[in-house]
Amino acid sequence: MISIDGVSKWYGQFQVLTDCTTELKKGEVVVVCGPSGSGKSTLIKTVNGLEPFQKGAIRVDGVSVSDAKTSLPKLRAKIGMVFQHFELFPHLTITENLTLAQIKVLGRSKDEAMEKGIALLERVGLRAHANKYPVQLSGGQQQRVAIARALSMDPIAMLFDEPTSALDPEMINEVLDVMVGLARDGMTMMCVTHEMGFAKKVAHRVLFMDEGVIVEDVPKDDFFANPRSDRAKDFLAKILH
Amino acid sequence: MIEFSLWDIAFDLALAARWTILLSLIAFVCGGAVGLLLLVIRVSGNGWVALFVNLYVELFQGTPLLMQLFLVFFGLPLLGVEVSPWLAATVTLTLYTSAYLVEIWRGCVEAVPHGQWSAGASLGMRYPQQLRHIILPQALQVAVAPTVGFLVQVVKSTALTSIIGFVELTKTSSILTNATFRPFPIYGMVALLYFAMCFPLTWYARQLEKKQTARQR
Repeated sequence: MISIDGVSKWYGQFQVLTDCTTELKKGEVVVVCGPSGSGKSTLIKTVNGLEPFQKGAIRVDGVSVSDAKTSLPKLRAKIGMVFQHFELFPHLTITENLTLAQIKVLGRSKDEAMEKGIALLERVGLRAHANKYPVQLSGGQQQRVAIARALSMDPIAMLFDEPTSALDPEMINEVLDVMVGLARDGMTMMCVTHEMGFAKKVAHRVLFMDEGVIVEDVPKDDFFANPRSDRAKDFLAKILH
Repeated sequence: MIEFSLWDIAFDLALAARWTILLSLIAFVCGGAVGLLLLVIRVSGNGWVALFVNLYVELFQGTPLLMQLFLVFFGLPLLGVEVSPWLAATVTLTLYTSAYLVEIWRGCVEAVPHGQWSAGASLGMRYPQQLRHIILPQALQVAVAPTVGFLVQVVKSTALTSIIGFVELTKTSSILTNATFRPFPIYGMVALLYFAMCFPLTWYARQLEKKQTARQR
């Protein structure tokens, strides 16, 4: 479904990604973790072409991301993305947030888009907030809307870039619950997150990154039971109390 | 010599104010249209075209409007193009207004967080769609107050066109002064008329600003 092959990226002289290689099969849930500045967010953003890279190749559903002939908008329409800071459109209501891209990108009719949007709001438990504006919702609610917005495009895979890092602690679980539900429904997911509880519950594999390198790429049980690298051990010791 | 009563003077000035208003409106509508076009070119980020827009902005912001008027009014005839004061005034004010508006609006576009572009892109929206549906509506909310504020500058700037013989409020007042030798009441009335045109705008701009700060809370 998603194959990342020898990807390297530089900001000028500074190398942010070094020879990153991994693969996600259909229905697989992969958690990407590592200390801040390790290139996790950069890596996940290369998958839908939000971050360009200089070396290597990424293919999503057989389509090359870096090929000049690839239509990035078309590719991105198939991959949902959820951001750390939600990035709902503040000038639009919740339903408008959910229907805009369906109408403009997928060419769905207004009614069709609305029906889909409402159904997804129901799924994330926010049906009652359909006509509000994003500022009227809490952080956790906004992030659930953001997930629903990404799902409204019927994506073949979902990318999560630290979806709970900007949330107050009591709101983290409501977002994770939605993500767990998605994972159990068989969605292909790549999640940059520090929520190890989430990783333990639904991840198939864990990628541990440090200084732009994928240090470990192992089944989740192996990662928690006996991390091989010292850096992963060190990292786990710091975040698991 | 013809006698003018104060009423006659006031009436003539009020009539002349029409042209000041019309010229301001033209400058604003045309300047706004040109400004919007330049803005889209500027934020689309293509190196050379963006440089051209920057140069354009620097040129018109860095020289006095009066010089720009002179250059168009006296310069173009040298190239064989006859220019009426009307044409010179509207063209110059349009260019001048657009150069300021594109800068004001560019600031507003840049005030929209970068993540909003990414969010639009990640949903498969193309660049023009992101600009049209996500970025510009948000930039507009921030832009209204400074834009209306700048309109006040445009209204007052139209007075300069009197120097190339455009008969608007200021030109009419100097004609009347020459005929009546009563500068004080005439210029007093002129000042009041300009104030009557500008004050509602500044008041409106202030209301908009208040509304905007209230919304951000």
